[in-house]
Amino acid sequence: MIPIDNFLVLSSILFAIGMYGVLARRSALLILMSVELMLQAVSINFVAFAVYLSPEVFTGLVFAIFVIVIAAAEVGLALAIVLRLYRNRQTANVDEADALKW
Amino acid sequence: MSPEEGIFYVVAGITVIGALGVVLARNVVHSALFLILSLLAVAGVFVLLAAEFLAIVQVLVYGGAVTILVLFAMMLTRVRDMPRALNGPQWPLAAVAAGMIGGISIVAVLDTEWPGETDEATVVSIEEIGNLLFTNWAIPFEIASLVLIVALLGAIILARGEEGE
Repeated sequence: MIPIDNFLVLSSILFAIGMYGVLARRSALLILMSVELMLQAVSINFVAFAVYLSPEVFTGLVFAIFVIVIAAAEVGLALAIVLRLYRNRQTANVDEADALKW
Repeated sequence: MSPEEGIFYVVAGITVIGALGVVLARNVVHSALFLILSLLAVAGVFVLLAAEFLAIVQVLVYGGAVTILVLFAMMLTRVRDMPRALNGPQWPLAAVAAGMIGGISIVAVLDTEWPGETDEATVVSIEEIGNLLFTNWAIPFEIASLVLIVALLGAIILARGEEGE
C-alpha cells in the first residue's frame, strides 16, 4: 500500500503549481485552467483522507464529487463571463478589465 | 519499492508534468492540451486510491466536458491573435509565493504522524456512494443540482448577447 504522504505531497505540488499559474498568468482562460489544477489538488486530498483515515464513513469521496460539480458550474459561468468581456473590450486579459479600478 | 508505488510515481510524474505544462507553455492551446493530460493522470491517482467511481466521473466531466469548453472559449476569444507576453510582470513574485506555500505544505505533511495508517485501501462500491448521496447527503445533493442549473442558465444568458445584436 502506498503511504498517504505520497498523495498529500503530490497534492501540495499540484496546488503550488496551480497557485503560480493563477498569480502569474494574464489571460483569464489560463487563470481558469490553473484554478482547475488547484481544485484537483483539493480533490486528491479529500479522497486520500477518506480512504486512509476514515474508511467506514467516506465523507471525503462525497465531497470530491461535490467539488467536481461545483467546478463544472464554475467553468461554465466563468467562460460565459470571459466571452462577455471579450465582446465588450476585445480582450481576455485580466489586466485590461480595470473599469472598476479607482 | 512495491509495484503499486512504482505505478504511483509514474502517474504522479505525468500529473506534475502536465500541470507544469499548463502554467509554463508559451502557446495557450498547448496549455489546454497539457491540462487534459494532467486531469487524466489525476483520474489514475483516483484509481490508485480505490475510488474508481470518481475516476470515471473525472474522465467524463473533466476530460470530456471542461477542457472542450475551455478550447471552445479559446476559439471564440481568438487568444492566438494576442502575441503579447502571457505572464504578467509579477511572475517572479508569484513563483516565490507558490514555492513557499508548496514547501510549507510538503514539510507539514512529512512532519505529521498520520493516525490509522490502514494496510489496504477500502474499495467503495458505486452502490454505497449512491445510497449515501440519497440518504445522508440528500439536501446538499439537491442544492448542488440547483447550483448547476442556475449556473448554466446564467452562462446562457451572459453568453447569448443583447437583443438584435
